[in-house]
Amino acid sequence: MWNQDKVKEVIQSDKVVIFGKGSRFEPMCGFTAKAIRIMDQYLADYTVVNIFDDENIRPSLVAVSGWPTTPQLFINGELIGGSDIMEELAKTGELKNKLTAAKAL
Amino acid sequence: MMSTSQLKKLLEERFPGAQVAVRDMTGTSDHFDVEIVSPVFAGKSLVEQHKLVHQAVGAHLTTTIHALQIKTRVPAS
Repeated sequence: MWNQDKVKEVIQSDKVVIFGKGSRFEPMCGFTAKAIRIMDQYLADYTVVNIFDDENIRPSLVAVSGWPTTPQLFINGELIGGSDIMEELAKTGELKNKLTAAKAL
Repeated sequence: MMSTSQLKKLLEERFPGAQVAVRDMTGTSDHFDVEIVSPVFAGKSLVEQHKLVHQAVGAHLTTTIHALQIKTRVPAS
């Protein structure tokens, strides 16, 4: 059953976790697709949680992260942000730094 | 539904003196791209900056506004 504890558990379960609309290979929202496209440039092995898998995921996620929208990227359990922040960090090389620091690369 | 001018006005009220640009990304008045230039973002992480924008838009976000692409900048000193 999805609740805040499960969200926290999943966030800690992998170095890179993206919560979004749709699955990794069938994103159902442009911003989720963008987040996945950006992360795919860096690594192949990471977790994508489809908030449509269970109606409790989204409210639990929002309560945990304090971020109302998806997608949401977490690296080593830390909220990095949505696809716009990912794009910005990718441009400045900061995203690669965070992934390297998290030993995800 | 919200128009780009309504969202622009709302953001200008919440960020006094800021330069605000709003673009409707899909023509459906619910996916907006906003750029805000304000000194209030100085020294804050991107997440904190974007949270300020989320708070400014308040309950609209995920109701009348489905998606918000945000670009925040500090005015060039």
